[in-house]
Amino acid sequence: MSTLLTVHDPRGYPPKVTGKRLAPRLPTLEGKLIHLVDCLFDNSEVFMQQLQAWFAEHMPAVRTEIVKPRESWVDDPVMRAKIVKEADAAVFAVGL
Amino acid sequence: MAVEADGVPAVAVHTHVFARLARNAARVNGTPTLRQAFVPQPVVGVSPQQLRAYVDGTDPVSKRPFIQEVIEGLTGPLTEEDLTGVSFERNTPRLLEPATEAELHERFERERWTDFMPIVLPTEERVAAMLAGTSRKPDEIVGRLRPTNYREFWEFTVEKVAVNAVMAGARPEYLPVILALAASGMTARQSSTTSWAAPTIVNGPIRRQIGLNSGIGAMGPYSHANVTIGRAHALLSQNLQGGSVVGDTYMGSIGNAYNYACVWAENEERSPWEPLHVQHGYKAEDSTATVFLGGWYTISGYGPRETWEQRFRHCLAACEPYSPPIVLLDPSVARGFVERGFGKKQQLIDWLAANAQVTAREYWDDPWTQTLIKPHAVAGVEPWAGVLAAAPDAMVRKYRAEDISVVVMGGETQSAWKMVGGNFSRAKTVKIDDWR
Repeated sequence: MSTLLTVHDPRGYPPKVTGKRLAPRLPTLEGKLIHLVDCLFDNSEVFMQQLQAWFAEHMPAVRTEIVKPRESWVDDPVMRAKIVKEADAAVFAVGL
Repeated sequence: MAVEADGVPAVAVHTHVFARLARNAARVNGTPTLRQAFVPQPVVGVSPQQLRAYVDGTDPVSKRPFIQEVIEGLTGPLTEEDLTGVSFERNTPRLLEPATEAELHERFERERWTDFMPIVLPTEERVAAMLAGTSRKPDEIVGRLRPTNYREFWEFTVEKVAVNAVMAGARPEYLPVILALAASGMTARQSSTTSWAAPTIVNGPIRRQIGLNSGIGAMGPYSHANVTIGRAHALLSQNLQGGSVVGDTYMGSIGNAYNYACVWAENEERSPWEPLHVQHGYKAEDSTATVFLGGWYTISGYGPRETWEQRFRHCLAACEPYSPPIVLLDPSVARGFVERGFGKKQQLIDWLAANAQVTAREYWDDPWTQTLIKPHAVAGVEPWAGVLAAAPDAMVRKYRAEDISVVVMGGETQSAWKMVGGNFSRAKTVKIDDWR
């Protein structure tokens, strides 16, 4: 019978995951303002312009505004505050 | 998606190749039901018409209309799970269940804890012997790592670093270097689609004390210390940060051979100039490691010969604009530059910065200048604002002098040099002596 070995686990220590609730959903998008958040990845602004055009053509009662963070991959509290203050909903694109 | 916590319903749009990663990132953020919609890869380089087709088309993950996913994501009813999120703990034990040697090797490979080359099993005896290489306590927290900045940090102790050092085949006397690399916070297993590595330059007395090779074959597998320290940095990065698994915690499209090991020592004894760490304010007797996010490209050449200026300009133009070069010079090349009037390393760095030029059109025609540098340019930050304002065909400087490094290494069997991607301004220099 082969000898049994005891070895260390090579992994680090992950943080505890704390559940967070989603925001209440809107009953309708009619008359609402959606912030289209351009995550600044190459060409994502063009994607957002196309999404904005779709809403203008198919759901003209929905208002959209493209907003951008101050830089990529970094939390932007100013932009976040603007979204919370002004927008009814947000779409983030195109992220990894 | 912090706005959800502030009461704003949101949908995150990703390309379909990131579906698994995006779902896992949402899960470990406590919001596994985060509303996500997917479009086909790629978005980069795709025409407005094609992007409109993505909006009009089908989500390649859910197979439902993309726009329906977006609208329902903002308006659809919430479930009980949506209202609470999911909390859970993930524990990693100190020791694994006893098993045979063969079973353990199979498990380490199956769990993606190796680099697919044989490892040394981290038995209690081997780890204890490794820990003799530092005065630090085994349970002391060394730092935190994560594969990319939208993932959560994992934490680790001196003992956990020693475990990975054993696996890499390192010796106890290397442990202070390995601890310093771990403490740098610079992962050698970055998840970026660009396939980064972590080229590292070691300076100071530690090089000679532990036998790091800075002579013939300095970048290759010709020293036990270089190879196993580099491999330890790679293994500890993947294991202590929560993995480096394709499709989940690793997305480098083409991969990078430097991910196996790339710890290099400057040949200070044969260099005509001051070493890298002294350039940046450390004492010559300090032992340091400078860890770069880099290794995306390597360009090689000989010289300096009669046409060196043209050759260097061509090579600098070819370097990736977001990733300035670490210029690695054989000592004979460094002396050749001294003979041409570059008495100080900084003079050569200044020449490199002044002569690394492309047209503004070419500079901005790049995913990372667009994504990461352009926002600063738009905000008016120089020198990038000036580059953005330049006419498309105007020649612009690609790099600032402070982003470029020059390091002397090699064994003088050839007047060889290399340019390896790595921005000094984003590098981290750590003192190895703190971890002895």
